[in-house]
Amino acid sequence: MRAFGADEPMGCYDDLEHADAFVLWGANMAEMHPILWSRLSDTRLTKEGSEVHVLSTFKHRCFDLADNGMVFTPQTDLAIANYIAHYIIETRSYNKDFIGDNVNFTKTVTDIGYGLRPEHPLEKAKTGKGGKLTKINFEEYKKSVAKYDLEYTSKLSGVPKENLLKLAKIYADPNKKVTSFWTMGFNQHTRGVWVNGLVYNIHLLMGKISEPGNSPFSLTGQPSACGTAREVGTFAHRLPADLVVKVKSHRDFAEKVWKLPEGTIPPKPGYHAVLQNRMLKDGKLNAYWVMCNNNVQAAPNFNEETYPGYRNPENFIVVSDPYPTVTAIAGDLILPTAMWTEKEGAYGNAERRTQFWRQQVKAPGEAKSDLWQLVEFSKRFKVEEVWPADLIAKQPGVKGKTLYEVLFKNGQVDKYPKQQVTDSRGNKYDNDEMDDFGFYLQKGLFEEYRRFGTEGPKKGHDLGEFDAYHKARGMRWPVVKGKETLWRYREGYDPFVKKGEGVKFYGKKDGKANIIFAPYEPPAESPDKEYDLWLSTGRVLEHWHSGSMTRRVPELYRAFPDAVMFMHPNDAKKRGLRRGMTAKVASRRGDISLKVETRGRNRPPEGLVFVPWFDAGRLINKVTLDATDPLSKETDYKKCAVKVEKA
Amino acid sequence: MFDHLLSRRRFIVETARTASGVALLGIGLGLYTKESKSLPVYALRPPGVKSEDDFLSACIRCGLCVRDCPYDILKLSKLAEPVALGTPYFEARKVPCEMCEDIPCVKACPTGALDKGLTNIDDARMGLAVIVDQETCLNYLGLRCDVCHRVCPLLNEAITLEPRHNQRSGKHTLFIPVVHSDKCTGCGKCERACVLEEAAIKVLPLDLAKGELGHHYRLGWEEKEKAGESLVTPDREHKYNLPEGLKYEHDGKGLLKDTR
Repeated sequence: MRAFGADEPMGCYDDLEHADAFVLWGANMAEMHPILWSRLSDTRLTKEGSEVHVLSTFKHRCFDLADNGMVFTPQTDLAIANYIAHYIIETRSYNKDFIGDNVNFTKTVTDIGYGLRPEHPLEKAKTGKGGKLTKINFEEYKKSVAKYDLEYTSKLSGVPKENLLKLAKIYADPNKKVTSFWTMGFNQHTRGVWVNGLVYNIHLLMGKISEPGNSPFSLTGQPSACGTAREVGTFAHRLPADLVVKVKSHRDFAEKVWKLPEGTIPPKPGYHAVLQNRMLKDGKLNAYWVMCNNNVQAAPNFNEETYPGYRNPENFIVVSDPYPTVTAIAGDLILPTAMWTEKEGAYGNAERRTQFWRQQVKAPGEAKSDLWQLVEFSKRFKVEEVWPADLIAKQPGVKGKTLYEVLFKNGQVDKYPKQQVTDSRGNKYDNDEMDDFGFYLQKGLFEEYRRFGTEGPKKGHDLGEFDAYHKARGMRWPVVKGKETLWRYREGYDPFVKKGEGVKFYGKKDGKANIIFAPYEPPAESPDKEYDLWLSTGRVLEHWHSGSMTRRVPELYRAFPDAVMFMHPNDAKKRGLRRGMTAKVASRRGDISLKVETRGRNRPPEGLVFVPWFDAGRLINKVTLDATDPLSKETDYKKCAVKVEKA
Repeated sequence: MFDHLLSRRRFIVETARTASGVALLGIGLGLYTKESKSLPVYALRPPGVKSEDDFLSACIRCGLCVRDCPYDILKLSKLAEPVALGTPYFEARKVPCEMCEDIPCVKACPTGALDKGLTNIDDARMGLAVIVDQETCLNYLGLRCDVCHRVCPLLNEAITLEPRHNQRSGKHTLFIPVVHSDKCTGCGKCERACVLEEAAIKVLPLDLAKGELGHHYRLGWEEKEKAGESLVTPDREHKYNLPEGLKYEHDGKGLLKDTR
């Protein structure tokens, strides 16, 4: 967003066949994106001269294929990315024309804290705040990255010089197409926004962007984080299609589309996810509705932040979920909820592909979809009960109406009458929401939502018509006149770039992307004498996130039943531990006990342990720290200090 | 009176002694038969055996199948061999089944221990060939051998060679032998012919050699073939924004073709 003024990758999955080299920054694709990994592997195996570079804080299965595998000290990815920029400038390999036409140089505010509670010593000590960018020139940028030479970076990161050099050379080679992939190693990072930007910097310096094979690519969002969170704007600060609540014209537009009186949407963002748990604990947030989200298990620092808030008797917590997750167990009211195949809906994935499905089966018992629950809830309130009189006065037509009538039964969302859902073969499908509300709710909502892309103030978010998605197996937006866009911001590929413009980052007013300098800054917590190991958490291939579904699938449970702690055999030996023994992993905030694994898929270096977080019986988030990127508000689950002893 | 008592006591003692002796013998016999029921993995039964249990209860140890085997492949188990005494078997590595078209062994069987319903030898399931050692199999090593494939009576049906990219050499193909259980009769030709000192492909009893897929699995490509068409709604024709002269091959590798 900060670099291009628009969310989501410029490229698409076809970069997997077009690139000559792949660089994985904090992405264990072999386990987390197995299908994409098989495409990447095939390219590596069959394309002459292709290379795979892998960066991580521990060895994982991607290292099997790596031509250049690098294990770095946590947080030093910031320095490594700056080193590559330094190398490109030092060797004058940068694409001068591209920089001149398409790039602004900027620097970010530094020492911005770690998103902890304001009374935390680290927050009191910080000198900067926020993400304001200051324009600098090329020479100033050159000077800023000069510190990150090979010597310094290799020493700081622990990566041998020859490996760093090999990595820098592949980016600097004008004849090699490079695709960079990153996932949670970058995003769950107290400097996540910074480090994303630092990789964009490399691609922008070389002009290796927005064309087949040359792609900086955030792999996040494959399972619909793009579609059901980012694109539609289900965040405290966002609205659909990259609009934000703090901009008046964006709010005005959203209110116009949704037929709401001016001023309905508050300009101040609500609590973000990490703050929600803090506010539940502090009693400032008292009514809370969790929908198909297992945040008791997923949120950091369970003992100090999550648990007290959920057990606070002042709070009323509703949980809508198909499964008895730990969040559901902690809730005051559980609403049985339909699964995705039990309703009609849509996905949006990492390559901007929007894909629809029809309801396949009926939900068991009294379970209802999340959509049904929200719409039904809106029937319970009249505008007078929830809006101030002056707001209602701005649009007297809403007087005496329920929120259901204002938002849904408003001539717009209920525009499409009840009908039998069929496919091109004549198969018939249920639509339980249509039966209950009497109109084609999904179609009405989508056609309304689509206006954000086609009429909204931000260019390039166009989606196709509702019915087109039921005919196609997914289309990549922007979809203009039925045509999909594979690569954005480049003439010919992107309909929003006019003839003769070449490359245009139209998310920004001047059409130029930002190169944003950000320095290396240390993590919130590092190992010391007592807590002498790094803890990184993450996933395993067998289990999806908190395991609500996957741990209930017999095959998957058998394949990886319980969480284990991956550690270096020497670290285990030093503590009198052997593979298979139970150990206690403790931080300043809490501890759990689990089995030690010194072999297998993940091989941490000495000084680091890795624990997956899927296991509801061993909540590793009792141990993690709630340090959070002050800009993205995403927690750093990859770094905190722990000690390990015999249990 | 004493005599009477004595004889009664003797009677009881001697009866008990005899009874325990018989019981011990019985236990011993029981154990022996139980042990000989557990067939060693190298011993393969003639064609037409459905389950080892049914076979053992039906086989009268007459030896007629062995007599009628034209290639002297079948033999009868002798005392102290770990196969049930007097029952027919063969060892693939020593001498495999020749798969006679008229199946004389089955014809000779007087009891149906060898199933008379077996009329096509290709339907026999004496075992299943398995690559037990991929580390030494020459084809897995990228050294062309294919002997097992070429000696297979059901070449390209029971054993196929699946081409894989040879990453080590960078320019060759690994021809990976894959055995298909729906065709393999377990004749043992491949095990016999394997050029290694110890065969890397071995015929194992079916229950040892086969995994079992979860019954809820549906393989998309098979369902598609069964239905004669894709089960998901046909995709519409996709159109893309591309520079003039470039063509996007959606069904190929997703590569852009320059038609300029």
